[in-house]
Amino acid sequence: MKLSHTSALLCSAAIALMATQAMAQQRTLKYYADFDPAPLAAFEAAILEFEAANPDIDVVLQNFDHEGYKTSIRNFLSADSPDLANWYAGNRMAPFVNSGQFQDVSDVWTDNNLGESLASAKGSMTIDGKQWGVPYTYYQWGIYYNKDAYKQAGVEVPATWAEFIDNCAKFKEAGIDCVTTGTKALWPGAGIFDYMNLRTNGYDFHMELTAGKVAWTDDKVKNTFAEWAKLVEPGYVTANHAALEWQDAASLLVQGKAANYVMGNFAVAVFKDGGMTNDTLGFMTYPEITPGIPRGEEAPTDTIHIPAGAKNVDDAKKFLAFIATADVQTKLNEALGQLPINNQSKVGDDPFLQAGFEMLSTADGGIAQFFDRDAPAEMAKIGMEGFQEFMVKPENVDKILDRLEKARQRIYK
Amino acid sequence: MTGSATAASAGTQGDNRGYWKRNQRGLAPWIFLAPGMAMFSLYVIYPIIASMWLSFYDWDGLGAKTWLGFQNYTELFDDDAFYTSLKNNIIWLALYMLAVPAGLFVALFLNQTVTGIRIYKSLFFFPFVISQVVVGLIFSWFYAPNFGLFYNLIEWITGTGVAVLADDRYVTYGIIAAGLWPQIAYCMILYLTGLNNVAPDQVEAARLDGARGWKMLWHVILPQLRPATFIAVVVTVIGALRSFDLVSIMTDGGPYGSSRVLSFYMYEQALSEYGYRMGYGAAIAVILFAIMMIFISGFIWKMVRDERGV
Repeated sequence: MKLSHTSALLCSAAIALMATQAMAQQRTLKYYADFDPAPLAAFEAAILEFEAANPDIDVVLQNFDHEGYKTSIRNFLSADSPDLANWYAGNRMAPFVNSGQFQDVSDVWTDNNLGESLASAKGSMTIDGKQWGVPYTYYQWGIYYNKDAYKQAGVEVPATWAEFIDNCAKFKEAGIDCVTTGTKALWPGAGIFDYMNLRTNGYDFHMELTAGKVAWTDDKVKNTFAEWAKLVEPGYVTANHAALEWQDAASLLVQGKAANYVMGNFAVAVFKDGGMTNDTLGFMTYPEITPGIPRGEEAPTDTIHIPAGAKNVDDAKKFLAFIATADVQTKLNEALGQLPINNQSKVGDDPFLQAGFEMLSTADGGIAQFFDRDAPAEMAKIGMEGFQEFMVKPENVDKILDRLEKARQRIYK
Repeated sequence: MTGSATAASAGTQGDNRGYWKRNQRGLAPWIFLAPGMAMFSLYVIYPIIASMWLSFYDWDGLGAKTWLGFQNYTELFDDDAFYTSLKNNIIWLALYMLAVPAGLFVALFLNQTVTGIRIYKSLFFFPFVISQVVVGLIFSWFYAPNFGLFYNLIEWITGTGVAVLADDRYVTYGIIAAGLWPQIAYCMILYLTGLNNVAPDQVEAARLDGARGWKMLWHVILPQLRPATFIAVVVTVIGALRSFDLVSIMTDGGPYGSSRVLSFYMYEQALSEYGYRMGYGAAIAVILFAIMMIFISGFIWKMVRDERGV
């Protein structure tokens, strides 16, 4: 009896010792993320590589689904904080930065000279002169078009907004929707607005508007909507878009029932699943509206942050530096089908990625993050509802702008 | 009542017994009630008070709370989206009530002895068994432009299809129609059990007196179904006021917020991706609670009156 008691004690002591030894050998790094299957596989590969280079660190990745992640991040940041968490650049990270939930990682930027290699995203990662995370990918927005629909209507790919609108008339005659979209989830409509405003008033004005510094009833905003009305009023946009998911609208483009789609590059996979090839699917930069304005583009950036409650900050910073390297970003983005931020990285062979890379690296205006990341969440919601309403009832434009202005005055106090 | 009376009289008779012995009969009910009351206060009363308290603050769920006083409410009463939601809630309440008579007639129709009636009954009950999410999805496809059955039917009849869920004039009615489908089944099952308890001798007597058809239904059957009607009305009112899942699944409040109801607007403001205005959401919750309170007090008043046998 006594013997077994002591042996049990010994045994448990041994286990405890082993456990502490294991702890000493391997520090865990808890990482919460929201990857789709393909990016998840790419990240798991990158993590294996990181662990091989740092055998004393064990990265534990917990993957959430996208929508659930957006809600749960608020809970886990304050309750049970991981060491690393996925999020987005721009104003989207502002609430967490301002409430002190994300850590300043400016030292990772200076130590690894990221200001140079990740230059294109530095602006969107900076709040109060400090950097709050590390970006690993972005993707371009623009117009994807069906080349067969262009042939059928007998029109050329336009260079200016006037040509684009002329084309629309011909598409309508041919029974093809000039522009398709599915605004059931609201955000696809915001892509159109962003480009209308970027092309009508330029990047700087667009940023001032989304930062709440300009009134929505400003004449410049009205000009944007007047240009947009040229598309909406004659019925060049798919009817019933408010009941369509963006994938439903994508199938209209695939079937040749629609000619153009203002979308992000992630849609290419959906178009190709639907049977389009590099020969039938085209990509163009959004046409010029006001001549001479520096060309601003839209490229939402995905990022990794260190929460304030992280327990293993040193290793988390090591991981951020690793993710920022050119080689890792090349591999990650090959799998993601998106663009690396590191300017030393290689871009995939895909013609749409090449076109996007070319477009973004020559954008002299600036790079916007997307309406729901540039504007605060509440303004984004009310704004996107307004854009949807405008595309159904363009005659309500003044009422919509008054409503947005009222919201602006309340939200940006 | 009798328990505490005896306890009190026992108390005056002899005080030499222990406190527990003297007050046992008075205390016992409270002890039995205690777990339930504790749960009720923790999960019902406390959240109600906390929401009311929260509705006076500006809070994003993370940072510090700022006291606003009645500012959330003044903003609410100047908010178009709030009035849209309120209007939709009233439409919901009015039209959802159709489930009660519709359920009654389905129940009357099914209340017969034919071979296989049980199968028919369960088929009619089926929509209530499946999840609201599934109901919402089925109806979304039913209304969907270009391939939906309803859309194509309208297109075939009138020449132009109507995308119910994209049109701010029809969207709320479209969702209510989806909600009625399971709700009718629910009312039906309530009436079917009620019909089992209808006294056959009264029906027989009424028949001898020459009552049939509508007269029989109105004067003999319906009065006996009163308890079932009461429950059917209660569950339908509550169902209408907390209609959330269908709105969320079918339209997400759209197009441009025209199909919102109060419970959905509250969720959007307080908890959705673009919201996190906890105080404002709480203010909406308080208003919704006040509306529900009108009905709840009515029901409680009726139940108390019935119990007293007035």
